[in-house]
Amino acid sequence: MITRQDVEHVARLARLELGDAEIERMREQLNAILGYIDKLRELDVTNVEPTSHAVPLVNVMREDEVVPCLSQDQMLANAPDRVGELFRVPRIIED
Amino acid sequence: MTERTIHALGEAYRRGDTTPTAVTEAYLARIEKFDGHVGAYLTVTREPALRAAAAADARHRARAPLGPLDGVPIALKDVLCTKGIRTTCGSKILESFVPPYDATVVARLAAAGAVVLGKTNMDEFAMGSSTEHSAFKPTRNPWDLARVPGGSSGGSAVAVAAHLAAGAFGTDTGGSIRQPAAFCGTVGLKPTYGRVSRYGLVAFASSLDQIGPFAKNVRDAALLLQAIAGHDPHDATSVAAPVPDYAAALDGRVHGLRAGIPREYFAEGVDPEIARAVRAAIETLRGLGVATEEVSLPTTGYALAAYYLIAPAEASSNLARYDGVKYGLRVPGGKDLIEMSSRTRAAGFGAEVKRRVMLGTYALSAGYSEAYYGRAQKVRTLVRRDFETAFARVDLLLAPTTPNVAFKHGEKEDPLAMYLNDALTIPVNLAGLPGLSVRCGFTAAGLPIGLQLIGKPFDEATLLRVADAYERATTWLAREPALP
Repeated sequence: MITRQDVEHVARLARLELGDAEIERMREQLNAILGYIDKLRELDVTNVEPTSHAVPLVNVMREDEVVPCLSQDQMLANAPDRVGELFRVPRIIED
Repeated sequence: MTERTIHALGEAYRRGDTTPTAVTEAYLARIEKFDGHVGAYLTVTREPALRAAAAADARHRARAPLGPLDGVPIALKDVLCTKGIRTTCGSKILESFVPPYDATVVARLAAAGAVVLGKTNMDEFAMGSSTEHSAFKPTRNPWDLARVPGGSSGGSAVAVAAHLAAGAFGTDTGGSIRQPAAFCGTVGLKPTYGRVSRYGLVAFASSLDQIGPFAKNVRDAALLLQAIAGHDPHDATSVAAPVPDYAAALDGRVHGLRAGIPREYFAEGVDPEIARAVRAAIETLRGLGVATEEVSLPTTGYALAAYYLIAPAEASSNLARYDGVKYGLRVPGGKDLIEMSSRTRAAGFGAEVKRRVMLGTYALSAGYSEAYYGRAQKVRTLVRRDFETAFARVDLLLAPTTPNVAFKHGEKEDPLAMYLNDALTIPVNLAGLPGLSVRCGFTAAGLPIGLQLIGKPFDEATLLRVADAYERATTWLAREPALP
C-alpha cells in the first residue's frame, strides 16, 4: 500500500507540487491502479528475458559530420525567460 | 465535395472538375459551420492552407501533381510538430509552444502536396481514451454529441468522420488511433513500430508510440500511409525495411489467407453487440475465401497491467523536459530551480498526466523498479511470444477493436475504468505490430463498431488488402452521422 509519505516522496522525485487534497486523491488512485497491476504477480516470469523495445535494434551509427542545425535564436525563441543568449533560471548556487 | 474520398478527389483534380482551392474552401467553410458542435480542431490554419492549395492548383493546372495527396486537405493531431504553427499536445504547459521545425511526417506530407487544415484536439500528451483530458475543450462524437469520440486522437477521428478533413493523422501508443477510429466509424491504422519516423512527434512512451492515418475508407488509408512510411535518419528507431506499394495491395485477393480468431478477445467484458458484429464480419470474410481458425493469446489479460507500468515509466522520463526553462509555461516566484519547476508542472499538467507521471516515477523508483517495471518488461516478452506463436500459423488476426462502443461524456470518472477501454488494443503496441480498425456495423442505438485486424511486423499490406476486400463486400460506409 502506498502511504501519504510515499506520495510526497514520489512527487518530489517527479517535481510536482501537490496540494493536500491532491495528495490524498493520488494516494487512493495509485493504490487502486497498483492493486489492479498486482495481477502481474500471477504470471511466472522466471527465465523470461525483458523486452524494452518491440523491434530488436543494435546501435545505429552514422558518420560524425558537421551539418546545419537550428540557430541560437530559434532554440531560444520559446524560452519563458531569456537573457541574451541564455535561459534564465532562479538562483541555484548561494553567493 | 467534402464527402469525397482522397482517391476520388485525385480523380476530380485530374479531370479538372474541381481544384484544391475549391475543396480547401469547402472544408474551411464546413469547419466554420460544424466544428463548434464537435470541437475537432484546436487550431485552424486557414491562410497557410489556402496558400498550399493555390500551389497545388498550379501543379494540377500544369498536369504535374506531386502524387495522390497533392491538394488534399488533411488534419494533424496537435502532438506533431509544425514549424511556425502552435503545437500544444492538448496541454496548458505547451499552450504557446511554436516548434522551430516540422516533424518528418509533416515534412513528407508537405512534399506530397497535402494541404494542412489545422491541428486537432487530443487528450493531454496523448494520455487518455476519450479526449476529455484535453486542457482546452472536449471533442464530441458526431454519431451522438453526448458521447466521446474516443482518444487520445479524438480530434483527428472526428475530423474525418464529420468530413472536416479528407484524412487525418494521429498517434497510437495503446490504441489512440484504433479506438477513436472504432468509436467514430472511420478507418484507423497503427503501423508497425519503426515503419514511420517519430522525429518531431512529442514523445509520450517512446517504445510504443507510432504515427498513423485516419481515413474515410481503406484505400485512402493506404495512400496516407504511403506518404509517411519509410526510414528516416532523424529517428534511429525507424526501420530501413522496403516500403511496398500499399494501393497495389488492394486487389481483393484474399482467398486462401489464414486468419486467427483470438479467443481471449471475445471474453467476458466485451459488449455482446460488438462480439456479434465482429463474428458476422468474420463470416463475411470467410465467404470471400479467408480461412479462419481459433487461436489463443493467453497473456492478453495481463497486457493492460504491464502497459500501465511501461507507458507511465517512459512518460515520466519523457515529460521531465517540461521544467519551465527551455520552452512552455513557467510559473515564476519559486525560491529555487526545483520549486520553480515543481510549481510550473503542477500548474501546467492536468490530473491524468500527473497521475501517470506519479505512477511511472513510482514504478521506476529505488526499491520498486525490479518488482514493477522489470516484471512488466518480462510480461511484455510473453505478450510478444503469444503473437509470434499465433503468426506461425496464420497471416493475420481478426478481433473487436474495443470492448465497448463510444461512452457518454463524464461516464468514466474512475481512471481504471477508462484504462480498461484499451484492453484489446494495448497488446498490439507492446508487441510493436500493425493494427487496423474498420467499420463493421452499428449497435441498435446507431453507434459504430470496429473490426480490428492485427498483422505481422511490417505487413500493413495484408491488413489493408483484407480490410479493403471487407469494405467492398459490405455497405456500412453508406451511413453518415447527422450533424445539427
